Amino acid sequence: MANLNVELVAANGKVWEGEARMVRVRSVEGDLGVLPGHEPMLVALAPGEVHIRAEGGDDTTVEIDGGFMTVDSDHVTVVAESVVRSGS
Amino acid sequence: MGAQIREYRQRIRSVKSIKKITRAMELMAASRVVKARQRVDDTTPYADAITQALATVAGHSDVVHPLTTEAENPTRAAVLIVASDRGLAGAYSSAVLKASEQLVTRLTEEGKEVVPFLYGRKAVGYYSFRRREFAESWEGNTDAPQVERAREIAERLVEEFLAEEGGVDEVHVVYTKFVSMVSQEPRSLRLLPIQVVDDATGSDTDTARSGRDEGGQMPLYDFEPSAEEVLDAVLPQYVRHRIFNCLLQAAASELAARQRAMKSATDNAEDLITTYTRLANQARQAEITQEISEIVGGANALADAK
Repeated sequence: MANLNVELVAANGKVWEGEARMVRVRSVEGDLGVLPGHEPMLVALAPGEVHIRAEGGDDTTVEIDGGFMTVDSDHVTVVAESVVRSGS
Repeated sequence: MGAQIREYRQRIRSVKSIKKITRAMELMAASRVVKARQRVDDTTPYADAITQALATVAGHSDVVHPLTTEAENPTRAAVLIVASDRGLAGAYSSAVLKASEQLVTRLTEEGKEVVPFLYGRKAVGYYSFRRREFAESWEGNTDAPQVERAREIAERLVEEFLAEEGGVDEVHVVYTKFVSMVSQEPRSLRLLPIQVVDDATGSDTDTARSGRDEGGQMPLYDFEPSAEEVLDAVLPQYVRHRIFNCLLQAAASELAARQRAMKSATDNAEDLITTYTRLANQARQAEITQEISEIVGGANALADAK
């Protein structure tokens, strides 16, 4: 199965970039998971956690202060002003 | 020792200590400008992402947002002037202030009332010395701006822009664009209302992502929860980012200008030291020559007297 190509961008630079199986974010209307093959979309994000499940089962969790996410042909860009890593 | 030599030596000493200071400032600015440029470059992915998202929204919906709406009859314009806190940076502050004066004049000629917002102690000093009114000012840390500061400024400006009564119809920013280490130019740009770079030819020819989309096709987008709300989230972020970017560029420009100013100050100090050393040597030689001729003259006089 194809992987997602994920970029996590904060105002002061790229925080994380790589392949992932799944991305879970908190949109303004509730939690939302993105798997490969998702239709293109642009989502406004609420302050909360962004969860990235990488290829080998490694998880990256960060805390964002709101922003947005674009999904476009398996390319996911999460854009937030400040991104804080919260544990593994 | 003759009075003249002493004076020259004193001057050499003082120029030398000034040179030490300017040299230190030059080195400091040089090392910090690298960091400042790095920070400008670091924001590029964010800028790309946000511009891309804006283009997407603009291309896939025809939502009207207050931040993008032109006022029919603009009467008040806010101008944010981005200067520095400290001087000793050559013409940096005066160049940006001059550019702001031009913009203010132009806006006034267009019949708009100008509301100045100042950033940096030099801009505040310029306005208060001339006893001019300004709406608000921010000081401190102009050579290493923080995101929080940019957010504070952006919120204030957006609030002013969206105010129903007594707000402004346009927001301009005057800052110094960092072109290269040797060239920084003052620029003015209109921040609000936002001109969304909408491809007029239609939404299917957006080239920004053509690297990924075969045939340059822009896929149909799904907006969650709705295009309006996405815009609501993206636009203020865009404004904040533009301001932050301006501040970062201004900081890099300030440091580059300071480095250059301090370099020429150091060079000038070196020239002065050379000149004064020559003069001091000359004075010393003149004194020695005079002493010799006095001794010779004295000896001759004694010999003649015998």
